[in-house]
Amino acid sequence: MNGVSALLEARGLVKSFAARAGLFGRPGPPLRAVDGVDLDVGAGETVGLVGESGSGKSTTGRLLVRLAEPDAGAIRFDGVDLLRLPPRPLRRMRRHFQIVFQDPYGALNPRMRVGALVAEPLTIHGIGTSRADRRERAAQLLDEVGLDRGALDKYPHAFSGGQRQRIGIARAIACEPRFIVADEPVSALDPSIQAQIVNLLMDLQERRGLAYLFIAHDLRLVRHVAHRVAVMYLGKIVEEAPAEELYARPLHPYTRALLEAAPRRTPSAPPARVLPGEPPSPVRPPSGCHFHPRCPLAEAVCLREEPPLVAIGERRRVACHVATR
Amino acid sequence: MPPLLAIENLHVRYDDARGEVRAVDGLDLTLTEGETYALVGESGCGKTATAYSILRLVEPGRITDGRMTFEGRDLMALSEREMRKVRGASIGLSFQEPGSALNPVLKIGTQVGESLRIHKGLSRKEAWREAVRLLGEVALPDPERQAASYAHELSGGMKQRAMLAIALSCRPRLLIADEPTSALDVTIQAQILALLRALKTEYRLTVLLITHDFGVVAEIADRVGVMYAGRIVEEAPVGAIFTEPKHPYTRALLAAIPEDAGDGRGRRLRALPGQVPDPVAYPPGCRFHPRCPEVFAPCGAVDPQMRTLPGGRRVACHLHEPGSA
Repeated sequence: MNGVSALLEARGLVKSFAARAGLFGRPGPPLRAVDGVDLDVGAGETVGLVGESGSGKSTTGRLLVRLAEPDAGAIRFDGVDLLRLPPRPLRRMRRHFQIVFQDPYGALNPRMRVGALVAEPLTIHGIGTSRADRRERAAQLLDEVGLDRGALDKYPHAFSGGQRQRIGIARAIACEPRFIVADEPVSALDPSIQAQIVNLLMDLQERRGLAYLFIAHDLRLVRHVAHRVAVMYLGKIVEEAPAEELYARPLHPYTRALLEAAPRRTPSAPPARVLPGEPPSPVRPPSGCHFHPRCPLAEAVCLREEPPLVAIGERRRVACHVATR
Repeated sequence: MPPLLAIENLHVRYDDARGEVRAVDGLDLTLTEGETYALVGESGCGKTATAYSILRLVEPGRITDGRMTFEGRDLMALSEREMRKVRGASIGLSFQEPGSALNPVLKIGTQVGESLRIHKGLSRKEAWREAVRLLGEVALPDPERQAASYAHELSGGMKQRAMLAIALSCRPRLLIADEPTSALDVTIQAQILALLRALKTEYRLTVLLITHDFGVVAEIADRVGVMYAGRIVEEAPVGAIFTEPKHPYTRALLAAIPEDAGDGRGRRLRALPGQVPDPVAYPPGCRFHPRCPEVFAPCGAVDPQMRTLPGGRRVACHLHEPGSA
């Protein structure tokens, strides 16, 4: 962070869920979805959070905007400890951090008109002098995300996936937040529409000085939007670096495997290298380094000891016994 | 050598609340023995409807016109009883979502053995033994145990492997793989693509791959057909599609994908404006013209005919009509 204090600082975040034993089973052993995550996001910065399903990246995003309650850890937003904030001031604070969801179909109430959907956060936070004023603001927000005011009186079902995602973004920016968690914002969309939405998010960042946590599994896309990238595996950050350094010189064997597994765009290139196995269950994570059963570099120490996330130079962190030697 | 499969002028329609949906609207496609042909396009372009038409599984829709010849036999002329022998035995199908395609209350081994019992008349015991062997073939770890498990006990990647084992159980000549990797994480995606490549050789398969992902196309396809609004608009060998796309839609799709190499963070992606057209009311002339960056005089009025170009290519675009610039 170059010594500047971050807009958002998360320390030691932990979140467990009770794994269900069976369809009607008793609560099973705890599943550590997020297992000690430290993460900073600076004002106006985009941090990419990558990992496979079950890595805990979405849960981390939900913790940061207080949609889920961490079991342990601290979240400071603009210097304020969000976890110690009483409900009322927390509610006032919420306008500054918002979330854009992956599924533009499930995220919008189908019984509300678009005008009401976009004005809703304004009403909640007491922004605007009257209904008419909020409706006018909603029209401006729709314009900003590339929809005309004719949308105000329609219902979500009248819109395509890309347009619904625009509506979700209009809702998210309505109260002029400073930080947005974008949780796989384009992965449910067709390729030609993905680029439209990514461009919109970048435009909004420039215009409004927004900071993003951009959660995605598409590393190529993350490289395009992120200043910094953190890679998660089984609830932990295993590597974090400025985007260009991470892609040019990935240190953690898992980051390397992810980059190598991504399909190429050139048919003549050799086929993607294959990482064996599957991510293990977070209910019973492997001993030592959680990645060791799939790791091409694993040594005896990796089975015994969990590698700490250590700083490499000023701007990188990596958790690997072998890569940091 | 006659083609393994020839589709001429295929039309598939179904009704929805707004009218008649022209899902496939005049499609020609020829598959040569041993090749992997990727049918690429965005949602609603008709690629999945095309694949299911080959098996005559389009209900509640209907095939309203067209000829389909497989191994020299007219598929449209077969009785339902004969068609059932084609499905599973001569043509294998792997579904996009193995989670919903697999039967949740039957053991995996029973499901893999099912077509062997139906088509090859194997006994329960023989079918089970063969199922275990097939599960090993698709590299499911510990096939004995997995055969006795249920779908919910398997991960997404393992379910996809089980689906492939079912599709290949009767040694079909043609495998239709509908989005075989799109529900999977990148490292698992790479595993499944490697497996498909191996099975292709081992079983001397012809593969019709349905996908929206050009990365998957680059990894595995020999030839590519790009679909838009119910038709193939361009067809070419895989190398040529990437190095020298002819149709403006293909070019736009490829341009919208972020580059592999350092591309300049924050640079806007080349987004394709607008939306996929409504299949109830396609635009007149070329169906792509309202979104086309290279639109000119004839495009709004005249539907471009498919032209054959040198190098095993076809394209339907006025830019490539003789006499235009």
